[in-house]
Amino acid sequence: MTWVAAVVHGILLGGFYALLASGLALMFGVMRIINLAHGSLALIGAYMAFLLTEHLHISTYLALAPVLPGALVVGYLLQRTMLERSLRAGELVPLLTTFGLLIVIANLLQQFFSPDVHSLDAGSIGPASWHVSSELSIPWFDVLTLAIAFTVLGGLQLVLRFTQLGRELRATAEDADTAELVGVNARAVYARATAIAVAIAALAGVFYGMRSAFDPNAGANELLYAFEAVVIGGMGSLWGTLGGGIALAVSQEIGAQINQEYFALGGHLVFLAVLVARSAASAPRIRYALRRFA
Amino acid sequence: MSALLQVRELDARHGLLQAVRQVSFELAEGETLALVGANGAGKSTLLRAIAGAHRAAAGRIVFDGHDITAMAAHRRVKAGIALVPEGRRLFPNLTVEENLRVAEASGRGGGWSVEAVFEVFPLIAPLRRKRAATLSGGEQQATAIGRALMTNPRLLLLDELSLGLAPVVVEAVYRSILDLIEGGTTIVLVEQDLARAMSVADRVACMLEGRFVLEGSRGELTREQVTEAYFGLRRQEATA
Repeated sequence: MTWVAAVVHGILLGGFYALLASGLALMFGVMRIINLAHGSLALIGAYMAFLLTEHLHISTYLALAPVLPGALVVGYLLQRTMLERSLRAGELVPLLTTFGLLIVIANLLQQFFSPDVHSLDAGSIGPASWHVSSELSIPWFDVLTLAIAFTVLGGLQLVLRFTQLGRELRATAEDADTAELVGVNARAVYARATAIAVAIAALAGVFYGMRSAFDPNAGANELLYAFEAVVIGGMGSLWGTLGGGIALAVSQEIGAQINQEYFALGGHLVFLAVLVARSAASAPRIRYALRRFA
Repeated sequence: MSALLQVRELDARHGLLQAVRQVSFELAEGETLALVGANGAGKSTLLRAIAGAHRAAAGRIVFDGHDITAMAAHRRVKAGIALVPEGRRLFPNLTVEENLRVAEASGRGGGWSVEAVFEVFPLIAPLRRKRAATLSGGEQQATAIGRALMTNPRLLLLDELSLGLAPVVVEAVYRSILDLIEGGTTIVLVEQDLARAMSVADRVACMLEGRFVLEGSRGELTREQVTEAYFGLRRQEATA
């Protein structure tokens, strides 16, 4: 039964990873940008919600109402002022830019909010759970997180599939120069993609703040799990990201079931296994290339 | 009648290579100009420079009285210029219908819709939900032309329509181009097949090493004149 509990908790935790990872997958899918500051942007969302709940005494869920539009604007400006220039300078430059951003954000948060841990109130749903049996209880908050992840990924999928913005996003992702030739403003499309990605990151950040305490350096850790979820799910595919998040979390929970200290290890092993399997799949091509040089 | 398109002393480069040199010409509304010339003569680069896909190194491009030399490609589409690029360049993972509808981004109103395109190109109508990557060359070319038409262009730039297509398909594609010409669309087309170029266009211009070496209306030019210009024979005689 404890193994069943590990898998169930893994699936629920996977929903959170998928929520955190979907913005990362979107930016990679559309622009081939690996946004190393993604976890830090999520953290800013958590801190902004913290400010609002502290000073206005509103619930964390209500704080999302100003935080999400704010994140859209931040994402748009981030693309227009920094990432767009980095993209023009070559493939690796956005990696450096977002790495710098990660450090700057961590330091600014430390400056304004101190290195102490903070947390967000999850409301009455926070401690509530459904006791299935003596060994398996399902926290409502985790179910809510998984449901939100489903809704966000499903909504994103619908937007990509059925709206003009979605068609423009997919066309630009496939061939930005040709998209321009049929009237698509590729730079504006990129900015909208980043705006959506940052808003989802902020949403994930607020949920992160409700499920555990956070400090200014938590961004990098969370990024690692989100990144693993994206890679396991097959770079840049949305439902793949959900699958990747769940696969990652289930293996973490199973690792923890074997030994409490193996939580992170379990996830990393699956991540490595996927990487090895992928490179094995491309091995014939590599061997062929090597033969040509030999 | 004032010109719809004016190109003045246009230069375009690929790095150190100067692909278009000091090209000047004018095109009136409703006119059809065919660009002929050998591979590497600069025809495609000239079209891409007019469409905004290639930055002009010098010179001016004036469209409908406005200087568009520095305008971004998507804004030129909004102004009414559409390019059907060499090699079709469809979005491979979008369906035929989605490929057409992406072009609604131009926001230009007019008579063209998905259904209107399928009426002109009935061969792609049954394929509307198929991914563009799965289409044959002719079907792709029809979709690419349809996609350009979806922007309701005033000036249509067609690059190497017949490249890689079976003769039967080329015939069908050109029949629909003739319909467009009769409908009054202004067209610049690049065509390797001299006879075909001279049969559809009002004017023919021959490019050699980035320059216009011969230009004239269909009635004025003979096949022999164009062929000589095509291979640069006359110029060699002059220098010899």
